[in-house]
Amino acid sequence: MKPTANSPAEVRLNKVSFSYGEAAFEFDVTFRPGRITAVMGPSGSGKSTLLNLVAGFEVPASGRVLIGERDVTADPPAARPVSMVFQENNLFAHLTVEQNVGLGRSPSLRLTHVDRTAVAGALERTGLGGKGQRLPRELSGGERQRVALARVLVRERPVLLLDEPFASLGPALREDMLELVAALQEERGMTVLFVTHQPEDARRISHDIVFIEAGKAAATGPVGEFFGEGGPEAFRRYIGAS
Amino acid sequence: MRTMLLSILSVAALLAAAPASAQGKLTIYTYDSFTADWGPGPQVKTNFEAECGCQVDFVSVADGVALLNRLKLEGASTKADIVLGLDTNLTAEARGTGLFVAHGATPQVNVPGGWNDDMFVPYDYGYFAVVYDTEKLPNPPASLKELVEGDQKQKIVIQDPRTSTPGLGLLLWVRSVYGEEAGAAWEKLKGRVLTVTPGWSEAYGLFTKGEAPMVLSYTTSPAYHMIADKTDRYQAAAFAEGHYLQVEVAGITIAGAKNPLAEKFLAFMTGPGFQDAVPETQWMYPAARTDKPLDPAFDKLVKPAKALQFSPQDVADNRKAWVDEWLAVMGR
Amino acid sequence: MPGAGNSGHSDFRTAAGIVALAAISLLIGGAFAGLIVEGLRDLSGAVAAFDPYMLRVARFTLWQALLSTLLSVVPALFVARALVRHPHFPGRGLILQLFAVPLALPALVAALGVLALYGRAGYFAGLLSMLGGDTWPGIYGLSGILVAHVFFNLPLSVRLFVEALQTVPSDQWRLASQLGMGARAGFRLIEWPVLRQALPGVAGLVFMLCVTSFTIVLTLGGGPRATTLEVAIYQALRFDFDPARAVALTVLQVTLTFVIVFVLTRLGANTAAEASLSVAPRRFVSAGRGETALNGALIALALLFVAGPMAATVVAGLQAELGRLVLEPTVQSAALTSLILALLSALLAAALSMALVMARQALALRPAGARRPLLQYATDTGAGFVLVVPPIVVGAGWFILLRHVADVFALAPVLVVTVNAVMAMPFALRALRPAYDAASARHERLCAQLGIAGWTRLRLIDWPSLRRPLATAAAFAMALSLGDLGVIALFGSDAVQTLPYLLLARMGSYRTADAAGLALILGLACLALMFLSTRLGKASDRKVDSVFG
Repeated sequence: MKPTANSPAEVRLNKVSFSYGEAAFEFDVTFRPGRITAVMGPSGSGKSTLLNLVAGFEVPASGRVLIGERDVTADPPAARPVSMVFQENNLFAHLTVEQNVGLGRSPSLRLTHVDRTAVAGALERTGLGGKGQRLPRELSGGERQRVALARVLVRERPVLLLDEPFASLGPALREDMLELVAALQEERGMTVLFVTHQPEDARRISHDIVFIEAGKAAATGPVGEFFGEGGPEAFRRYIGAS
Repeated sequence: MRTMLLSILSVAALLAAAPASAQGKLTIYTYDSFTADWGPGPQVKTNFEAECGCQVDFVSVADGVALLNRLKLEGASTKADIVLGLDTNLTAEARGTGLFVAHGATPQVNVPGGWNDDMFVPYDYGYFAVVYDTEKLPNPPASLKELVEGDQKQKIVIQDPRTSTPGLGLLLWVRSVYGEEAGAAWEKLKGRVLTVTPGWSEAYGLFTKGEAPMVLSYTTSPAYHMIADKTDRYQAAAFAEGHYLQVEVAGITIAGAKNPLAEKFLAFMTGPGFQDAVPETQWMYPAARTDKPLDPAFDKLVKPAKALQFSPQDVADNRKAWVDEWLAVMGR
Repeated sequence: MPGAGNSGHSDFRTAAGIVALAAISLLIGGAFAGLIVEGLRDLSGAVAAFDPYMLRVARFTLWQALLSTLLSVVPALFVARALVRHPHFPGRGLILQLFAVPLALPALVAALGVLALYGRAGYFAGLLSMLGGDTWPGIYGLSGILVAHVFFNLPLSVRLFVEALQTVPSDQWRLASQLGMGARAGFRLIEWPVLRQALPGVAGLVFMLCVTSFTIVLTLGGGPRATTLEVAIYQALRFDFDPARAVALTVLQVTLTFVIVFVLTRLGANTAAEASLSVAPRRFVSAGRGETALNGALIALALLFVAGPMAATVVAGLQAELGRLVLEPTVQSAALTSLILALLSALLAAALSMALVMARQALALRPAGARRPLLQYATDTGAGFVLVVPPIVVGAGWFILLRHVADVFALAPVLVVTVNAVMAMPFALRALRPAYDAASARHERLCAQLGIAGWTRLRLIDWPSLRRPLATAAAFAMALSLGDLGVIALFGSDAVQTLPYLLLARMGSYRTADAAGLALILGLACLALMFLSTRLGKASDRKVDSVFG
């Protein structure tokens, strides 16, 4: 059974261990279903690795990755109920915007009428109406990430992984994009894991925060607790609040 | 694209699958310059087909050595009725394969030193010679000795006896003149050798490009230049010791022994229908009677004082040792 | 960069590579089997092969090949860099196409072209005699071998390096010019990492080509002191008909080459360059005036060196009765045969190398536990070793194997296409790999995420970004088979009479003018194919047919 966007899914890393060269990671953490969780922490602490483990780009040495009730540890990336937006390289340069989005429906681009309607709707929803025939090189940086989000919409997976997708955008544009993500999450009830370095990003749209340090989930909790006086010490050091 | 591949394959298949019945068909293995447009092949085919009312199929490979190898590879299953294009340096080895039969005829042939071989019949012959450029070399060597001991600045291009027939020819020539002293002669000649090419074509190409004033070729080479190019510029040097002889032969295979056309072809080969085509396509001397007189240019060619030759058996027995000796001297 | 995880696509690609490797092994192994069965009767020749003389030959073979490689590859690095840095250099496209022509020229034509310039009677002989104070002795000996080898391999290396350099994403060029990187820093930080990655492969390829050199070494070597193992193998098979010895020498040749190439590979680092989506048009290269002049001079020099012998070939060819030649049915059918064989070989070579390149990358992306380094090596440099198996060995081996079961004549065209394709595969591999690896670096995660795999990926994702390098690869393969003689010569001329075959036949019957004319026609045919492949590579650049109709 394929979980749909309508049934929010919990994401759980159950004693997942992984090593990459010298770095060792040990994650044991749960992400609440239907919520946006900001994944924060110093550079190299393992934020992206955590997302890669959920997405299936990395395979844990031990432990299990669970999405909803399902153990996806051994599933290939495409089979997991997950969409991911990277910092860059989200689009195929030689395919049009429509085609890039359409890939979210059919990896061989055999699209039904329903698919096409969905693609058009997603483009409209992400503010890309009328730009379907353009090539990625004809778009601005923000627009390219909108295309990636449009594809997320047509894929209809319950979990969305964002790996600093807006890091390269200007403040106003980034705000727009955050609003869009928040709105889409609201509509679809997706579980969103959102890697960011910006405390204000987290504060603006996320419900929870998972703080990663030295390859471990050092602290988890609702946003309010993190930014309040009683927030975890390490997190406060990290954002420069203490 | 697939259709193209199919068409090639089907053409090839047609070529191969042509009716294999011996009835009215003769398969001749030869080398490619024989069957080329400018070779004697087309004329020979027309003439013999008219005479026998049969079909002649040529299968051609690169040269005489390749011809013998091809036969060895095919063994008794060979399709060849006739093998045409071996020279006397190869006949002992060819005989050893057991793939040839005696021809059982006394062919009317005319080659220097006479002919007495129950398996192979000659169709042309020629002499190895140093061909030189008269514009660059007014005084060519008049003997092998002069070639060996002459001015080291006047270079010659020769062929490698390991890979080419003329190369082996020169090796045998030096051997037949110098005997056991051949090694020492090569030691001296070495200084005059500009380079040693893998085949005749490379050597002759370098020579006509003007890289060297001399090349090892045939006494008949100038005939081509006189008749086709209308120039006397390239001439063969007459050597006092005599010239080494090369005789090209054909023989009937064990497969051909069952085909009556094979015997007929050998008889035809030593007649004018074949021989008339030889001089100005092979640029060699015809080995038997012609109807057409030779072009006058042939009269101007060097007439060797003596035809030098080892017996096929001598060549077969000693070739390896002699080539190794050559290699030891030249490779230093 | 994270791998593709446990994606099923990695298996599809690995399987494709294994199939390609199996086909290649079958071709070589079958030939060896044929020769060994035949050779078992008499092993004395094989045992006697390892004498001091043969060791001297082996030493010379490797020595001349190493020098040739050095002289071809090092200058090529800088010429390629100059060409990439100056995309608007006049005639750049034509230069790159001309650089593929030497591959298509039979060795004899190239040797005569080189001699037309540097020989005793060459255009430069007068000048060189004046400089030397004595009659110019020509370039016979090691120098001649090296000049001819550089003539063949410098342009080849340039093209392969250009292919590699073009995978540098435009962002990096922009970054470089933004940071004000000078030529030296740009080379060290941007170009060298890419070149260094391509270097072992290109050097290995050139080295193998030079190891197997035959006609060049004998003709320009000045005597049997300059002899390669290839000559000995040829002699063993052709004159002595000693299959065991031929196999023994071939194994020696492959082993020695393997050792050297393995060392070469070790010298190259596996530094996968950071590649990203190149959406902006490139060319943000700012070269100073001094550098521009230097690069211009470099390109001009390389062009002169390569175009010189070709020009000599053209001049010689123009003296032939070209009109008559072109109208001859023999010439026409030979030209057609050559083109068809070249096209088929090119297609097969491109497919083979595509499979190998895909497999190599898929294997490289596997997580550490699932690596198969040996297989990965086999799909890259390993497969290249077919180059040092002489075609005459492959041909003779299969002949022996097939003679009792099939009509070898009928199979000749198939064998010619297959052998040519396999021999061209290492070239195609070099042209393809940088582009495929770069594309993979950009697309791997996205494809895994979206589940784009197998044929779909090939069609939608890889094909569009590989069009140009694939066209280059096919062009190499075509050029190579166009000039090939090795296999055809063995099978006889009836089934497959090609242009080079006809050329040598004319040359062998005193018709030097005809041969020169045919060389010109061959060169032109090759150039035409180059233009064609460049066009095909460019056509509908970057946009696949809309599926949105």
